[in-house]
Amino acid sequence: MEEPLTETTPPILQDDEKKRKKYDRQLRLWAASGQQALEEAHVLLINSGPGVVGVETLKNLVLPGIGQFTILDSAEVTEADLGVNFFLEPDDVGKFRAERTCALLEELNPDVQGHYNTEPVEYFLTQSSDTHSLRPFTHILVTAPIVPELLADILTHCRATSKPLFYIHCVGFYSVFSVQLPSAFPIVDTHPDPTATTDLRLLTPWPALSALVEEKTRDLDSMNAHEHGHVPYVLIILHFLEVWKQTHDGQVPSNYREKSDFKELVRKGMRINNPEGGEENFEEAIAAVLKSLNPSTPSSAVKEVFDAEECKNLTHDSPHFWVIAHAVSDFYKAHNALPLPGSIPDMKAQSADYIQLQNVYKTKAREDVAEVTLTVRELAKQHGHLAQVDEKEIEAFCKNAAHIKLVRGRPINPAFPGQKLKWGQRAKAAVSALTNPDSLILIHIAFLAFDEFCASHDADALASAPRAPGSQDSEVEFDAEKMTGIANTIIDNLINEAGTRIEEPDYSDIGARVANYVQDIVRAGGGELHNIAALTGGMVAQEVIKVVTKQYVPVDNTCVFDGVGSRTEVLRLGADVSV
Amino acid sequence: MDMDGASVNGSPAGMDRKRWTYLDRILNRPGPFTDEEWVPGEPNIESLERMKILGAGGLGCEILKNLALSGFKDIHVIDMDTIDVSNLNRQFLFRQADVGRPKAEVAAQFVEKRVRGVKITPFCGKIQDKDEDYYMQFGMVICGLDSIEARRWINATLVGMVDNDDADTLKPLIDGGTEGFKGQARVILPTMTSCIECQLDMHAPRAAVPLCTLATIPRQPQHCIEWAHIIAWEEERKGNDTLDTDDPEHITWLYQKALARANEFNIPGVTYSMTQGVVKNIIPAIASTNAIVAAACCNEAFKIVTSTNPPLGFPGTNNYMMYTGDDSVYTYTFEHSKKDDCPVCGNLAKNLEVDPNTTLEDFIASLAEKPEAQLKKPTLRTEEKSLYYQSPPSLEEQTRPNLKKKLSELVSDGEQIAVSDPAFQITFKFKLVFKK
Ligand SMILES: [Zn+2]
Repeated sequence: MEEPLTETTPPILQDDEKKRKKYDRQLRLWAASGQQALEEAHVLLINSGPGVVGVETLKNLVLPGIGQFTILDSAEVTEADLGVNFFLEPDDVGKFRAERTCALLEELNPDVQGHYNTEPVEYFLTQSSDTHSLRPFTHILVTAPIVPELLADILTHCRATSKPLFYIHCVGFYSVFSVQLPSAFPIVDTHPDPTATTDLRLLTPWPALSALVEEKTRDLDSMNAHEHGHVPYVLIILHFLEVWKQTHDGQVPSNYREKSDFKELVRKGMRINNPEGGEENFEEAIAAVLKSLNPSTPSSAVKEVFDAEECKNLTHDSPHFWVIAHAVSDFYKAHNALPLPGSIPDMKAQSADYIQLQNVYKTKAREDVAEVTLTVRELAKQHGHLAQVDEKEIEAFCKNAAHIKLVRGRPINPAFPGQKLKWGQRAKAAVSALTNPDSLILIHIAFLAFDEFCASHDADALASAPRAPGSQDSEVEFDAEKMTGIANTIIDNLINEAGTRIEEPDYSDIGARVANYVQDIVRAGGGELHNIAALTGGMVAQEVIKVVTKQYVPVDNTCVFDGVGSRTEVLRLGADVSV
Repeated sequence: MDMDGASVNGSPAGMDRKRWTYLDRILNRPGPFTDEEWVPGEPNIESLERMKILGAGGLGCEILKNLALSGFKDIHVIDMDTIDVSNLNRQFLFRQADVGRPKAEVAAQFVEKRVRGVKITPFCGKIQDKDEDYYMQFGMVICGLDSIEARRWINATLVGMVDNDDADTLKPLIDGGTEGFKGQARVILPTMTSCIECQLDMHAPRAAVPLCTLATIPRQPQHCIEWAHIIAWEEERKGNDTLDTDDPEHITWLYQKALARANEFNIPGVTYSMTQGVVKNIIPAIASTNAIVAAACCNEAFKIVTSTNPPLGFPGTNNYMMYTGDDSVYTYTFEHSKKDDCPVCGNLAKNLEVDPNTTLEDFIASLAEKPEAQLKKPTLRTEEKSLYYQSPPSLEEQTRPNLKKKLSELVSDGEQIAVSDPAFQITFKFKLVFKK
């Protein structure tokens, strides 16, 4: 028997039986390759404020077995921490919060190494001159509030080193997080919806498939009931396409009306003089006509990959993804089709016929992989590529070629007091979200105002920590008014930058809505509600896992959660990339 | 009743609130969306501390942690399971050394120790072990149960308990569930809003593979595993052993049987892990999704009890949140409408279109798969006669001949039938409408 093609995510059956058992429920989602990526990651949490959302995120990363984590937090545990942070004990008051949360998180999973650092952020960032102190970490989490200059430093470092960064707000009933991904973040293993139609190439069968159709449908009319009722539907469609072409100048059905006529043609081929009054395999064929008789044009996401500069202009150090993408794009140009994925859905058929059909698809897929591999090897030689691209990588790419995705990470823009935020290319989209009553963008804007407020108000005379709005009972109203003012300025600047106007009553309505969000955020005085922190920590952890494993599709790039309406919105924001 | 929880650290309830600094801001300050009548402060603290709340099911760890840190003081937990090593990747109150111990007990002890002043009462058993008297003591039930049967049972129980003359008999039910990166949270006000039975079509069962495919023409590795599970075990081992899907020897046996069959038919892909997955119907589960869904549920509980912001679930508002995290993040929050023909909370019989030529036997089989029924061991009768009884044996025998009869011989077009099933305490009413 021939070796089956490996799955996009290879199944795990390896060394550590204990680990396999413990992680069984998640390995079914991201397999051994994803698990290995998790175990190689080292996440840094730069914690501040009440500090719950970051710790809850870590909890959801420690449990599935992230390699290492480090908590940077100079705060000491207060009574107030005990009411909101589960990873502190009653006796911890007065001790370093980083130390205690680290210890209690480490307890969750002996496979994980935890570290902590109690230096203030500004000291931590500046202590080493030549090597940046963020270098040891693979992924960075930053929770607000943080001094904007420090945030800007961290963002710049992450951008320069292509290190994914997550910037998280969580106050009262609301949260927002932004993900700063590298400028090119390609994903091969996107785990498309299993109900997405597989590419069966019914309109462009290759010789081996046509030969199988001929062999298996030649005697269609003389077959006994059992045989006739078990011809795989793929072969039925291909057979009747040939019949159709004979009366249609060799053309296949191309529009809805023709496809409906074609369905009738197939239906006429079905035997109905039996107890069931029909045949399941023919019903499957009829049901598949509309969705399977489409030319296999690549999605816009795939075209975006082919058109990317990184794909067109390979260099000696191009990442493997781009070398393979270039080869697949060449393949597409030559054949006007992507490499065949090679899998077929289950269908009514005799075992042997089904396996035979499956093997015809698999063989073709293997040939396509071989052709792409040849191109990859040539390209590598041409460009003096040193590292050998693994065959498995090429196979995985070809198998999922129709569903690959490229996320273009955009820089997060920190809000500096008194400075205009740059919305760049995203300004127009942001403005249209402003006037959409269902959009949650005003919560994001309220949090930008929150950042500006914190940056311009110190908790004490030492200016060592920012003060959150609403932290004093006596100043709630005053702070809300001030923060609303900041939010309105942000909105006005955005509308200006987009070069547009918003007429009344829409404009006043936006002002009233943002004032409500500001008021509800100020009400919490910078405090977290445990539920909202836990929920947001779950969302951020999902995103970290997707980014670490390079599987599934991450948020691009800002996600807002409204704990009053219990809903989210993803906004595509971020600065333009400066050249 | 006096709560001894609040006095553990030596101060009476409501006095030492330093720990609740952040929570109290929300409890003490009105917000833009709070009701005009809302009274800030003490009454909200009292409501939280007085509320006796029940958590159940696989999301229990998250639910207990969240409720304890939301200011609830009297929490009950019900769970029949013992800790398995495969729980440790997400159920964070359990350690390797706890494997084999009852979940409810270990979880309760852990949270009581970590969050001082909260009282957690565990019950190790099935939710079906308890009766109305037990459920009547709670103000609210939050569940993250892993089977649809258990969900339907608790739902029907809480709906059945409502006495329109006594507001205390209406217990809000908050339900959460997860699968992989996806999940849902919903709020049900029994008899007032759409219930779990009304929403049954959101949980369509997976179509079963026909037996003849398993027996004669397998094509997929799963077909070989199902064959080993359903056919080979019955034939070769049933007499001596009851299949225990937690027994590695049993799974290994099924795996080897499936593998041999797959080799016979040249079907690639049977693995031990897949065998386990198919036989135990394993649903992928991760910590982060559980965190999201459990917190969404507890956030609604908190809002309902404190009125600090509008919750989901009031009639005429959204009551259902669907979360999808595998392709970016997407939530769909909507109002699922109450159905007048809901067998649990409605008063009309549900229309069921049937082929009059179907035999009663096939009709019964179809009830297990129909998304709106999902009844596995139904007993059926019309107003006048018994159609089929699963038990007692004497009645079963008496009604068995009906199984081979066509529906048209047993009922008339549009006739109402009553269906009961041992998994549920209520009777389902269906009106059989003949297909033309
Ligand atoms: Zn109902």
